[in-house]
Amino acid sequence: MDKALKKYFPIFVLPTALAFTIGFVVPFILGIYLSFCKFSTVSNAQFVGISNYVKIWGDATFVHSLWFTALFALASIIFINFFAYTIALLLTKRIRGANLFRTVFFMPNLIGGIILGYIWQLIFNGILSYYARTLTFSAAYGFWGLLILMCWQQVGYMMIIYIAGLQSIPSELYEAARIDGASPRQQLFKITLPMSMPAITICTFLTLTNSFKLFDQNLALTAGQPSNKTEMLALNIVNTFYSRTGWEGVGQAKAVVFFILVAVLVLLQLKLTREKEVQQ
Amino acid sequence: MKKHLALLLALIMVIAMFAGCSPETADPDAELQGDGESVDANGDGYVYYLNFKPEQAEQWEALAKVYTEETGVQVDVVTAASNTYDQTFKSEIAKKKAPTLFQVNGPVGLADKHDYVYDLSGSAVYSELKSDDFALIEGDAVYGIAYVIETYGLIYNKKLLAEAGYTADDIKSFDDLKAVAEDITARRSELGFSAFTSAGMDSSSDWRFKTHLANLPIYYEYEADGIGTTTEIKGTYLDNYKAIFDLYINNSTCEPAMLSAKTGDDSAAEFALGEAVFYQNGTWAYGQITGYEVADEDIGMLPIYIGAPGEENQGLCTGTENYWCVNKNASEASIKATLDFMNWCVTSETGKTALKEMGFVCPFKGFTEEYLPENPLILAANEDTASGTTPVKWCFPSMPSEEWKNVLGSALLEYAQGTGDWDAVKAAFVDNWAAEYALKAEAE
Repeated sequence: MDKALKKYFPIFVLPTALAFTIGFVVPFILGIYLSFCKFSTVSNAQFVGISNYVKIWGDATFVHSLWFTALFALASIIFINFFAYTIALLLTKRIRGANLFRTVFFMPNLIGGIILGYIWQLIFNGILSYYARTLTFSAAYGFWGLLILMCWQQVGYMMIIYIAGLQSIPSELYEAARIDGASPRQQLFKITLPMSMPAITICTFLTLTNSFKLFDQNLALTAGQPSNKTEMLALNIVNTFYSRTGWEGVGQAKAVVFFILVAVLVLLQLKLTREKEVQQ
Repeated sequence: MKKHLALLLALIMVIAMFAGCSPETADPDAELQGDGESVDANGDGYVYYLNFKPEQAEQWEALAKVYTEETGVQVDVVTAASNTYDQTFKSEIAKKKAPTLFQVNGPVGLADKHDYVYDLSGSAVYSELKSDDFALIEGDAVYGIAYVIETYGLIYNKKLLAEAGYTADDIKSFDDLKAVAEDITARRSELGFSAFTSAGMDSSSDWRFKTHLANLPIYYEYEADGIGTTTEIKGTYLDNYKAIFDLYINNSTCEPAMLSAKTGDDSAAEFALGEAVFYQNGTWAYGQITGYEVADEDIGMLPIYIGAPGEENQGLCTGTENYWCVNKNASEASIKATLDFMNWCVTSETGKTALKEMGFVCPFKGFTEEYLPENPLILAANEDTASGTTPVKWCFPSMPSEEWKNVLGSALLEYAQGTGDWDAVKAAFVDNWAAEYALKAEAE
């Protein structure tokens, strides 16, 4: 078997490796190279050293969007995971129609971000019009609007992961706990939560990266209005790249900084939550 | 058996992957790419037109097909989706088969694409141009040729204006316009319509104010200073800009605070359904407002008065931000094919009729009266020019960048909804103008 694997290894790996190289490795390296260049299209790049990276920090919109994104990520990690876990707990109890509920909660996740953004924009503006306001009235409106949208979209997805995690907890643990006289509250905090740490790791990882990389929903819901105050990192990078002539390189440099930032944060988060995982 | 199946599957994957690339590798165009040349199999050139106007996409494609049938020269038309021309251009121009014909919006756009433009000074299509005013000229070189002239102003509904007790002759200045608009607002419930359509600050509509309306204070400042462009604007007529914007937002179909939710379509629909008298837009809007409640003969266009000195002679805003450019990095044969195609479009019967049907007013000698599109707004524009008023030039191609417009748009929105003040608009207009030009200078 091993021998056969070795023999056919290139055949199996080659197509994927090629696709990965063409679709990921090459653009990634080219992207890093371009972040050190002044260019308007990829074919006329001139090397300029680190000046693009210097310009990033002089751009107030980038720093603002960095903090806005960080705040949003924090809020969405807390809210999405709280709701997803609660619903997962409810739907693993024996309730009539639990499967139907699971499907319904999961469905928003099947709608594309741009469409969701426009739908929610209509809903929010419809409600706010009673108060003669719109979503762009202040950055706080945009922030909470985005948060509601993201919760609505992502809670169902995270819920599925939590349900899988909860169902894999052996029932003997609960039996033993009940015999020892543990209250439902104690069961939740001493058994359920520690035992579902792997699912929590995955879900916090996903919500963290999703909220940092958020683009479609941001673009469709507020497009950064008012005055770029609700502009998140990904949108800021795109706007820098496309609407400021001569700043293509700066946009590219921002993207590299963005990559490093997300990578560091995610590794840190993985390390932190992994430590809490228990071996079964 | 299983082994063979796996091998087969792997093979299929590999083949499928290369199948995706094969037309390109088989394409003879690609072979001569090393030095940026592209020649097709016969050594003949081809035309690749990167079209800016999605409204006319199908018509361009049809015209290209006719041309290919007539001459055998391959013409590809690719249309960039609305608001994505620069994105599309950036990715297309880097390809092996790059556009041979593309467009820029004026001197600022030309500066960005300067590495790619061919000098059109000796070409036949340039000699067809009615006047050098319609070309982008630097020294002796001609880099861009306008192919469509457009006009904008205050589109108005003659019938509703008459119902309110006025005619276009009553509006000869900003004060007149203000009096009429405020009178209509005061009697709004009785009349059943508003003065202005909503000045939507959604991205599909805010260019009407951050670009087109902003043109007027810029135009008057340039005229007063006798210049055509500047890196430091003074904002002499910003008070007038405020006055007209205030008039728009306070006499419209909706509350100023609701403007950010209003789209370009909302505004057009309000006019088309007879909910408002005035609608700031241009000749291109005809398709959107015709065929509903407003009869074609009731559609007219007034100058946008802002109360600047000398406005009694002010006409409509006429100009262009559509200049054809030819890619100088294309092969000689392709450049020639492209120039032939452009010339054919503006001289041949078929080409001229097609451009007319696209609704274009073209600044070429061959476009005599019968080639004017049937559009009451264009009629109004021609009448206005004939009446001896001075058309307002399109100065917005001299705006420093998209960023400048976006920042101005955001400031206007915040002003309209009451969360920002006019000083922020001033700063976005004056300070940011200089800042953006400084950035540009630094980048070069």
